[in-house]
Amino acid sequence: SGLSQQVIIMATRIKYICRHQDEAYKLGLSLSFRQEIMKWNGWGYSDSRFLFNKKGQAEFTGKRYRLSGLILPSLKDWFEGTFGANLQHKSPATVSQVAVAPPNLNEPFIEDLKAAGVAASHDPEDRVFRAHGHCLHEIFALREGRIGRVPDMVVWPSCHSDVEKIVELACKHNVCLIPYGGGTSVSSALECPHEETRSIVSLDTSQMNRILWIDEKNLTAHVEAGIIGQDLERQLNEHGYCTGHEPDSMEFSSLGGWVATRASGMKKNIYGNIEDLVVHIKMVTPRGVIEKSCLGPRMSTGPDIHHFILGSEGTLGVVTEVTMKIRPIPEYQKYGSVVFPNFQQGVACLREVARQRCAPASIRLMDNEQFQFGHALKPQVSSIFTSFLDGLKKFYITKFKGFDPHHLCVATLLFEGDRGKVLQHEKQVYDIAAKFGGLAAGEDNGQRGYMLTFVIAYLRDLGMDYYVIGESFETSVPWDRVLDLCRNVKERIVRECKERGVQFPPLSTCRVTQTYDAGACVYFYFAFNYRGLSDPVHVYEQVEHAAREEILANGGSLSHHHGVGKLRKEWMKESVSGVGLGMLKSVKEYVDPQNIFGNRNLL
Amino acid sequence: ILSYPRHPVLKKRDDFEDVLEERRRSSDLRYALRCYTPTLYKGLVPCKVSVLKSIVLQSDHLQCVIKQVSSESGDSTECVAEEASLILDEMAHRMQLSTVRFFVFTLSKAFKRLFRSVCVNEEGIQRLQQAVQEHPVVLLPSHRSYMDFLMMSYLLYMFDLPLPVIAAGMDFMSMKFIGEMLRMSGAFFIRRSFGGDKLYWAVFSEYVKTMLRKGYAPIEFFLEGTRSRTCKSLTPKTGLLNIVMEPFFKGELFDVSLVPVSISYERVLEESLYARELLGVPKPKESTSGLLKARRVLSEDYGSMHVYFGHPVSVRSLAEGKIKRSQYNLLPRYIPQKPSVDTHEFLNDAAFRLVRIQEENMVLKPWVLIATLLLQNPDGMDLSSLTEQTDWLRHLALAFGAFLDWPDHEACSEVISCSLALHRRLLSVSAGHVQLSVTDAPQVETTPEEAVFQRAVVVLSCASYRNQILHVFLRPALLAVAMQSANSSRKDDIYNCFNFLRNMFSNEFILCPGDSVQDFEEACYLLMKRGVLQVLEHEIVMSASGQSTLAFLCSVLDPFLQGYQVVCRYLCEETNENLTEKEFIPAVRSFCFVSLSSDLQKNALAALLRLKAVRKVKV
Repeated sequence: SGLSQQVIIMATRIKYICRHQDEAYKLGLSLSFRQEIMKWNGWGYSDSRFLFNKKGQAEFTGKRYRLSGLILPSLKDWFEGTFGANLQHKSPATVSQVAVAPPNLNEPFIEDLKAAGVAASHDPEDRVFRAHGHCLHEIFALREGRIGRVPDMVVWPSCHSDVEKIVELACKHNVCLIPYGGGTSVSSALECPHEETRSIVSLDTSQMNRILWIDEKNLTAHVEAGIIGQDLERQLNEHGYCTGHEPDSMEFSSLGGWVATRASGMKKNIYGNIEDLVVHIKMVTPRGVIEKSCLGPRMSTGPDIHHFILGSEGTLGVVTEVTMKIRPIPEYQKYGSVVFPNFQQGVACLREVARQRCAPASIRLMDNEQFQFGHALKPQVSSIFTSFLDGLKKFYITKFKGFDPHHLCVATLLFEGDRGKVLQHEKQVYDIAAKFGGLAAGEDNGQRGYMLTFVIAYLRDLGMDYYVIGESFETSVPWDRVLDLCRNVKERIVRECKERGVQFPPLSTCRVTQTYDAGACVYFYFAFNYRGLSDPVHVYEQVEHAAREEILANGGSLSHHHGVGKLRKEWMKESVSGVGLGMLKSVKEYVDPQNIFGNRNLL
Repeated sequence: ILSYPRHPVLKKRDDFEDVLEERRRSSDLRYALRCYTPTLYKGLVPCKVSVLKSIVLQSDHLQCVIKQVSSESGDSTECVAEEASLILDEMAHRMQLSTVRFFVFTLSKAFKRLFRSVCVNEEGIQRLQQAVQEHPVVLLPSHRSYMDFLMMSYLLYMFDLPLPVIAAGMDFMSMKFIGEMLRMSGAFFIRRSFGGDKLYWAVFSEYVKTMLRKGYAPIEFFLEGTRSRTCKSLTPKTGLLNIVMEPFFKGELFDVSLVPVSISYERVLEESLYARELLGVPKPKESTSGLLKARRVLSEDYGSMHVYFGHPVSVRSLAEGKIKRSQYNLLPRYIPQKPSVDTHEFLNDAAFRLVRIQEENMVLKPWVLIATLLLQNPDGMDLSSLTEQTDWLRHLALAFGAFLDWPDHEACSEVISCSLALHRRLLSVSAGHVQLSVTDAPQVETTPEEAVFQRAVVVLSCASYRNQILHVFLRPALLAVAMQSANSSRKDDIYNCFNFLRNMFSNEFILCPGDSVQDFEEACYLLMKRGVLQVLEHEIVMSASGQSTLAFLCSVLDPFLQGYQVVCRYLCEETNENLTEKEFIPAVRSFCFVSLSSDLQKNALAALLRLKAVRKVKV
């Protein structure tokens, strides 16, 4: 909480400055504070990273995570074995900063902005930091010191009315605005269109980060959209509440970003996805402010205007304030895990759990490769006794129960609620699992499974130090096609890599990460050793493209929660039909005829 | 994968090895009992024959159709389900290794007596061994003889490959004992026609798909649907091809490998039987006693046999960019869907290309060249001129990419006399003069009709050998005829004529729909390379030295042109307004006894119907 305190103090200070000084524009610099503690060319906090120490053992630095400061003895073998990588073959980032072209500034706009008292900056570091998301090609380029078009300046509105001013001025002076929240996009959504000739202004919402009120009667909170997930959760916790919305990126992603991309949280089974959580949205568009007139929980007033905003990916305006549901912090939380003899059985079990509508807060099924991946992240065990116990467990599952270690897979579970109900619920789920040959495999395995999703992005940076590149992508698919889709996409990846000259078989793995009544969300990880390839990123992109084609051919959706951005735009028409796309375009045309919000995502 | 090399001549083919050699040296019994450990599919879900049956009956697809049929017919679902179960009993194979071993033993004996050698391309076998592990495999042999599928299973056993399940016609089931034996060696039986029978189709397709999805065994069937009586490839059927491709279209399988197999005989066992059938003598019903009578064939020499396993063709690559798999996204996959127009076109195109691969890998014997020449010279030829012309033809065929099995180190005359000896039943040689003739016909008095009939049998038997090489000459021959009849040297005129002929004959020969331009270019290229033609920008000009080649090529197509003319003349002169299809063939035959083959007559009628020159009225 020290961190968020600091942010708040800082923000207040800035506001003070903005109001009282004419020099706000220069002072924009000090607002870029969050980027000081984060990597400029990789994922997350600067102090937290994986590395292989002098003994060749992997460790995770820093103090922020459960894994921080621990040695991971099996990671090296897994890493070398899976990718054919070698610790002698290093590919470190080559530069410590990138050179950018001088900004294309719209002076009249800046003059008016100064007059309006909005903080701004055109410092190269600020601009580069907001010029990208976390797609592989973006990070890879940064590590090599390459970057395309970057925003010409950054502005930091501190409240809704600041945003109104900025948008008004942008229209007046015809500058291009790109809203920026947490910067965790993986759809090329933050990339500046290179064909854009106007001055591009990155609108950073990070200073709009206050909870404006909490209504305990209706269990809602009214929050500024720039707030970062972990801050929102922590501040609500102080009042005894939570939103329960926990996307894997929640340490860095913002509320406005969730709304703009139709985000999904790990615990959506209890709390719902972002579209279920919002009660009211306020968005500033070039046409003015769009919002509903009341906080009624559901309305029959024509098509829900929220659904023009949800998933609009910054093409229509800036989400400034959101009223969302909150819940009392659950009394009890319990992790769990189940081992299945094979992936098919696991999927059958998840399907049954969904049929009976008794999914815990979270239930995820990892395939065999991912199970082994998870195991490689096991920290050094502290005593001979634990290691003996581990050995015994392994013996029981593989020898006594006859599970093939190359086929077994594991489901990780998270239960939440009051203690009595959690225990009852737990039993119900384990009983279903038993019908599909599942064996309870302890809380520890479960918890480690969830940890994987928080550190995976850090692991990608480690891979990039040793010629390994990778990425994740997701889809949603009807239940009856889950198995076929998983198998075909994984195999397609392997095959495409081979055809494109990748020397070593790639890591191609998936997990069923969410369950719904009518289908599931599937998440893929894909990484390979690129030694010997002249243009690894291009190969990577071709393979990812093929994998997406395969997903669509197997009845999967274009995206479950990552969004479309510019990366998956080419498939939009196919996905929503020509008429559907036309409807979206006509909304854009009405709301933003000058294309002020010109990031060119989605449409 | 299926696009032809632009220069068919450069096609590289594998070497052959005689598999009987080893059989002649060691015990057949021990061989039949040896340890058989086939290479297996990596995704194999082992299951017993009985389990297979219940999986099929319980499948969502079949259950869905049972409900449909029940609500349409008013019968209870139990009743329809019972019917489905009976259909499956009638259809299903009951593969047993012991029966296979019995066949291996007897076939070893039989093959050694029938054939001098059975040659197989071992590289093809190795490719198949690879393919079998990766994806479910569909074997697509050509079909010239009953021997085909026995030989296929025999070879797969020999090379430790998984034994296939084979789609066989119901006719075999009338051979009680043999039918059951075949069933136990992997054959499953389908009715010849079940057009509107939804339930039958559902049971059948689900049965095949289940075996494919589980990787139970390679599926084997004949694209041509039936044995070709003329040794000319038949227009392929697409029904079964659709069934085996659908699991890929619907994402149930990552891929399916199709392996075209070309089986060629120096002498087909059913040679004269086919000729008689084509002349209207009904095909003898398959019966066990008939088979026993046919033992006579065991005493004859059928020369050598070649089996060429082609490169596996991936359905995935074949469908790339042609089939939009997402078309199956909006309907539960177990609900049967008729193939869309695009799919149908794709299936048709794929089937044609696969048959062309079969054709290209068919091994041709010297006799095929000799038969071609003898048919063009009904009065016979002097041995010396036959030798000379055969040699000429041999080089022409090779230049056009024929897969000719010509003994390398023997003199041409030697090769020819060997061939003549093997086929002595079809010809007479006296005083250095060779002529097609009936040699073993009883010398008792025959009516003129009978004499013509006997002669016709010989001509048609001989034609079945010539037909084997037609695919080599077909495109250049169409061009040669087009040039002759276009009466112009303008490229456009010749192409139009070529296109017309190609269209006319597309029931007769394997001509991929839509490949007209490609075929034309191929023909031009081949003849240009041979120095027969000069192809200029807008004109095609014959070279001085090209006369003989063009004349030969024209006469290759001559019998077909004449036959089609006869059919047309008949239809023009026939006054009977209500000619039924059944009456058509005997009527044409009596109209002109020379336009013999019923196959040609059927093809001609089909072509005329297709071109809307003749109209079919349902009564």
